[in-house]
Formats: sequence, structure tokens, C-alpha cells
Amino acid sequence: MIAAANKIDVHALNAWFKSNHALRDVSLSVPERTVLAIIGPSGCGKSTFVRCLNRMHELIPGARQAGKVLVDGQDLHAGGVDPVTLRRRVGMVFQRANPFPTMSIYDNVVAGLRLNGIKGDYPALVEKTLRQAALWDEVKDRLQHSALSLSGGQQQRLCIARALAIEPEVLLMDEPASALDPIATAKIEELIRELAESLTIVIVTHNMQQAARVSDATAFFYMGELIEHGPTEQIFTNPKEPRTEDYVTGKFG
Amino acid sequence: MKRRFINGLMTALCGLALLLALVPLVSLLWLVISHGFKGLSWDFFTQLPAPVGETGGGVANAIAGTLYIVGIACLIGVPLGVGAGVFLAERGDTPVGDAIRFTAEVLSGVPSIVVGIVAYGLVVLPMRRFSALAGGVALAVLMVPTLARSTEELVRLVPGALREASLALGVPQWRTSLRVVLRTALGGIMTAILLGVARAAGETAPLLFTALNNQYWNWRADQPTASLTVQIFNYAVSPYQDWHDKAWSAALVLLLLVGTLSLGGRLLSRSRVR
Repeated sequence: MIAAANKIDVHALNAWFKSNHALRDVSLSVPERTVLAIIGPSGCGKSTFVRCLNRMHELIPGARQAGKVLVDGQDLHAGGVDPVTLRRRVGMVFQRANPFPTMSIYDNVVAGLRLNGIKGDYPALVEKTLRQAALWDEVKDRLQHSALSLSGGQQQRLCIARALAIEPEVLLMDEPASALDPIATAKIEELIRELAESLTIVIVTHNMQQAARVSDATAFFYMGELIEHGPTEQIFTNPKEPRTEDYVTGKFG
Repeated sequence: MKRRFINGLMTALCGLALLLALVPLVSLLWLVISHGFKGLSWDFFTQLPAPVGETGGGVANAIAGTLYIVGIACLIGVPLGVGAGVFLAERGDTPVGDAIRFTAEVLSGVPSIVVGIVAYGLVVLPMRRFSALAGGVALAVLMVPTLARSTEELVRLVPGALREASLALGVPQWRTSLRVVLRTALGGIMTAILLGVARAAGETAPLLFTALNNQYWNWRADQPTASLTVQIFNYAVSPYQDWHDKAWSAALVLLLLVGTLSLGGRLLSRSRVR
């Protein structure tokens, strides 16, 4: 029924915060090892959408959802699915860097493993994931320093490393660069392209150029609805929907 | 002109109120220090109390006893108070949470002598003897409500982003609460514990008929145990001048102990802010 190449399939997903209908009948698919960018004005449901993909949405009091989300063809909301195990497969990076302030850089990277009681070759893993996150050269001499001693951009890359350390199959990024300067943003974007060779990424962004630079496909959300979804190049050069065109050309939003 | 006059008058009145408020505090410190200082000696900190009529002797067993009883109170009260506080912060928006919060508020308003009677009924009567354990239970009951409320506040201060970061790593909720949220709030909670300990160490009423008193060393939790506060009480109500002097000196020691704990707590909280 579902093409095996799709890592994520979403069918008629609806989400609510109490009585506020935040997502309306969203359906889309993300092929494996691609980057999907989600764009749209504030409050259009972008963040809610990605938070449904690792079942973080349901943690908010009063939040509900309906519809299907499938990862590798498996329904996330089916009875036997444990959200805790799911979140080890679907990692997440947040808008504001949120390293654990009481832990060192090293401990932050292995936090996901240590807190879950997973043993392993931590030193090698720390080096590998920090290299993946393009942070190794900057921090290799001060791994035991507090994570808060890093700059904002470095902290965000540390958070990416922390998410990568548990080896997720999917990485959700909720405006990961919105609080960063252009140089740090460029580093994160480069990183996203590299990571896309090994995992599937869904990134929420307010920055249209960023969406155009990093993604294979783009989805435009407006007022909780998926207005248009297609290859990034087509969305930005030849959108089918007038609302998409207005948004990407900066007429509103 | 009138406005300036009123402003000056009000400032002066506020200053006067401040001075009046300082009078009891300063006179308290002055009285305790002036009466108590001359009785302080090495022996006072290291010797057992001397019998009536003999001079010398000290309150070493009472100092140790206070620390011992407060230690027992911490063993019981800290896990309960901190646990309840974490529960209130993480699951407090439920009828159960409201009930616990209400109970804690009522409990923190209960006079300490009533807590002493309760501990008497719960521990002393069944054990058929006064004991350090009973005193510890009474002090723990006093510590728990305030500790629970301040832990709740401190845990609520931990940014939700940290909780989310941990949950998004696939860490179960309970472990997130303990290892990330509580760990982050720990500095503040240590301060709250120290302040609670300082308050408990200064209590007399709950110890009068729980830990009672003891003229000798005691390290058994099921035996009557001396404490500085009860020792002060006994010395002060006695008819002997020598014991009155000892009461002042013991009061000074208690003041130093409680002051050090409070100061430690506040320094700890300040270093955390930095």
C-alpha cells in the first residue's frame, strides 16, 4: 500500500490544543534520506506538525491529535507503540539551543545514552558525533567544560550532536537556526546537507532562502492547512497555489 | 512645596519604622552576646553538663544531640519534602496535587507544639519512651511542608526546554524528572534544605516531650537525647544563677549554629545565581 521508499507517511493528520484546531487534514510523505522543509507564517501549525512526528505534541496539556503518522510503514499511534522508544528513532532539535546546563560538553553528547542506560564506547562516540556536527575541532580541548561556555551557534550544534548520538533514523529540526548569526546558520545548513546522506530530516524554517538551500521538498502551511507540497525548486519557482506564490515572494507572512 | 514636605515626612516616617523594627533584633543580639559571651570556653563546647552546685561543665552533648536529631529529621523529611515538591511541580495540576498543596499549607501553619504532641502520640507512646527518633519525626513534620513548596517553586523554574530536550532523547518521564529537572534545580533545593535545617534546629516545643533531654552522651535513636534548645529551656527555668548564665551561653551557641546555617544557605543561593 505504501511505497517502501517513504520514511514518513502522514495521512489526514489533525491536531488540537484544547478547542483550537491547529492542524487540519494534513497528508504528505517524506522519502528516505531527503530533507523536507516546512514553511509558513507564524502560528500556521509547522511546529505542531513536527511535534506530532515524535509524539511530543501529546505532552502538552489539552493537546489531542487524530489521523495517521507512519514511520517505516508503522503507525506511531497504534496501540503497542511506546512514545519513549519512538523518540529514540525520531530525534529532535529545538528552536533555542537547550544543552543541559549542569553537564559538560562531553556529558551532553552522551546524555541520551547515559540517561537511557545504554552502554557503549562513549569517547569514540563523542568524537564521531561531534565531528558529524562540525563541532569537534572547536571543542576537542575542552570537552569537560560546561556546555554553557559555548557560543549560541556552538550550543545548537552540540544539541544536534546530542540528538545524533542516539543514532536516530529521522531528525526533526524546529527552526534550528532562527536564533543564530549568518555564519553559524551557514554551518548548520551545511551540516543538514551532510546529514541527509544518512538520515531523513524534517526542518521547520521561517527563512525561505534556507528552505531553498537545504531541502529536497518543501511544504507550505497556512492556518493549519497544508496548502502545497512539492519539490523545493517547483515551490519556489513555479508554485501552483496563488497563496504559496504570495508567501514565497514575500507578499504576506 | 507641599509635595516635597509630604515626601520628606514620609521618608522620615519610613526610616523611623525601620529603626523601631531593628530595636528588638539588635537588643536580642546584644542581650545574648553580652550575657552569653563570658560563659563561652573550650570546656563549654567539649564537656558534659555539670551537676547543680558544681561550676564548669558544658553543653557538648546538647550540641551533638541537636545535630543528631536534625540529622534524623533530614533523613525523614528531605526525601518526603523534595519528593512531594517534585510531584507537585510535575503533576500538581490535578485534584490530588491541589489536595497535597492545601495540606502542606495547613501543615505549615500548625503550631510547632501541636506537631510535638502528634509526634508524642505517634512515636513516644507506642515506643513507651522518649527518643531522638521521636524528636526527629517532629522536626521532619515541620520541615516537609515548606521544603515541598520551595522545591515545587524551584522545579517549576527549570526551563521547559530542558524537559523537552530530555524527553526528545527518548528518556522516560520519571527519569527526566529525576536526572534532568531535579538535577538542574538541585542548587536551589540545597539552599532550601539548609534553611529548613536552620529553622528546625531552633525549635524547642516539638522536642520537649519527644526527645526530652539527657545529661549524658547518647547516640541511640531510641533513647532520650539532649538538644541545645531544650537544654536552654531547662537552664533558664531553673533557680540557679550559674544555670541562667549557661542558658545565655547555650543560646549564643544556638544562635551561631543557626546563623551559620542560614548564612551558608544564602551564600549557596547567591553563588548559584552567579
